[in-house]
Amino acid sequence: MLNAHAKLSAKVFADDIERKPTRDGFGAGVVEAGRADARVVVLCADLAESTRAEQFEKEFPERFIEMGVAEQNMATAASGLAAAGKIPFIASYACFSPGRNYEQIRTTIALNRMPVKIMGMHAGVSVGPDGATHQMLEDLGMMRMLPGMTVIAPGDAEEARKAVVAAAKTDGPVYIRFGRAPTSVFTTSETPFSIGDALLLRSPPAAEKADVALLSTGALSYEALCAARALGRDGVSVIVLHVPTVKPLDEDAVLAAAARARRVVTVEEHQAAGGFGSAVAELLAARRPMPLLRLGVADQFGQSGEPQELLAHYGLDAPHIRAAALALISL
Amino acid sequence: MALTDEEARELEKKAEAIRETVIRMLVAAGSGHTAGPLGLADIFAAFYFHILKHDPKNPDWEERDRLVLSNGHTVPVRYAAMAHSGYFPVEECLTLRKFGSRLQGHPERLRLPGLETTSGPLGEGLAQAAGMAYAFRMDGKSRDVVRPDRPDRPDIVSGRRTSRHVYCLMSDGEQNEGNTWEAALFAGKHKLSNLTAVLDRNNIQIDGMTEDVMPLEPLADKYRAFNWHVLEVDGHDIPAFIAAIDEAKAIYEKPTLVLAHTIPGKGVPDIEFDYRWHGKPPTKEEGKRFLKEIRTMGGKISGEYA
Repeated sequence: MLNAHAKLSAKVFADDIERKPTRDGFGAGVVEAGRADARVVVLCADLAESTRAEQFEKEFPERFIEMGVAEQNMATAASGLAAAGKIPFIASYACFSPGRNYEQIRTTIALNRMPVKIMGMHAGVSVGPDGATHQMLEDLGMMRMLPGMTVIAPGDAEEARKAVVAAAKTDGPVYIRFGRAPTSVFTTSETPFSIGDALLLRSPPAAEKADVALLSTGALSYEALCAARALGRDGVSVIVLHVPTVKPLDEDAVLAAAARARRVVTVEEHQAAGGFGSAVAELLAARRPMPLLRLGVADQFGQSGEPQELLAHYGLDAPHIRAAALALISL
Repeated sequence: MALTDEEARELEKKAEAIRETVIRMLVAAGSGHTAGPLGLADIFAAFYFHILKHDPKNPDWEERDRLVLSNGHTVPVRYAAMAHSGYFPVEECLTLRKFGSRLQGHPERLRLPGLETTSGPLGEGLAQAAGMAYAFRMDGKSRDVVRPDRPDRPDIVSGRRTSRHVYCLMSDGEQNEGNTWEAALFAGKHKLSNLTAVLDRNNIQIDGMTEDVMPLEPLADKYRAFNWHVLEVDGHDIPAFIAAIDEAKAIYEKPTLVLAHTIPGKGVPDIEFDYRWHGKPPTKEEGKRFLKEIRTMGGKISGEYA
């Protein structure tokens, strides 16, 4: 059953559930953060509209800095702004930031421990028609490897807004990844969000051991939730744990979900290696070895297509998650 | 304000002390870069003992000028200058590159107060300095403040640009890096006149002479084309260097690049201009000989200060 404490949208399984890209949450959240704290500045690399940075630019033109197509300079200049007391948000596509400017982020932001907030848009294959060059699938891995870096993949636009507001209040560097395509807004303003906390979306009655726990990050958590609903109809009992903060991982919640389930499946719109699933695998291998299936893009690059058909092709939509869980259970 | 002869001589003595410490540090460390730090000793003496508004006993003083060292591999000269100006004991310099030392092989801001940035990977300092300069301008940090270190010189605190001026020291080798030019575009666009870059034009990099590895000339014209004001100066002529910095601070409409021509290994005639000394330290025996050469300034000056 759905977790009442999650206060999910009343329309969570309705056909007319609101759909918005998570990047909209950046636009709204960073304006909110900017109102709350005059130190917040936004840097953008010639992508003000598509990153939604333009919302901040409209409200705070004096605190918006257009960097041109120069992601390395954006990261390093942001480090300097932070050294001078600002809280810089840097916005571009994840392929370029942190994709292109990784070493700048490593040296001048992470090692230098500067409170720069890196906003990676257009993550995952659901970018769609632009193709593999613009479909970032390695960012979670790159960023979670950096000591001191907080890494967040919000589940929907509402959670993304909260994550951005929270990032502005957090010491140290933060990476947040966002998607381009509209996805279901399954949480509400009442849904709890804290950096580092996982959110239980669904679980069987307390006494019952679940057949499988679906651990998911990013917007695919909605696909996992839909897959769980279908699995329930198949007679399979399912836990769904949404884990927006990939680092620091909510180890207690992950271990608790694993303890209540016979098998674990992780779901992410990222390489199956190195990202969220790997983080869960590292934890379970050390603390609770058990059967684990990591769903993600299997050592491939993306390609052009429509978002939903790409998710299906790479086995990441609800029907494929369901099928993978059934196959795992039958082993 | 021109230096008096006495002030100039004092600064030259500081540079000599910095060079000696650099040699001792490198011999003790057994690794590190020799040529660049020696070539920069005069510039660092000028910065730490004359130009910078800073307080060695309060390195986080908010109103200080910022000196960003982009070419982090030359940090031994910065450590030496910091030690001689009172940030920490000179003996601590001998811990350079050793386990547990605050004096990392490449500088880390979090380990040693007063470093401003963490650097070593090339091409990143100018952008960080530009970010600082941009932020200070946003905050209107251009009011007069009293220099705690120079109460005797009220004349040098007058003027707006003396508040939190940002300096960036770069190497010529790192002009190969794209990030440097991205930052140059940015600073030019925003006319960051509170930013002064100093380019250590010593013509060497690891694989050879800069003009063989990847030609940079006409370097001054390149920066002018990026909307910078450019000055050229002998980086070993301390009064001339200080005059150039003063001129840079008088330029309102642009950031300024001071193209400082230096001799790598300066002060040790045995290694001057030899690119092979870019990335290696002297042995103990070489160190002894180099110290002797420094003390006699290669024989050009009598043993007056030795």
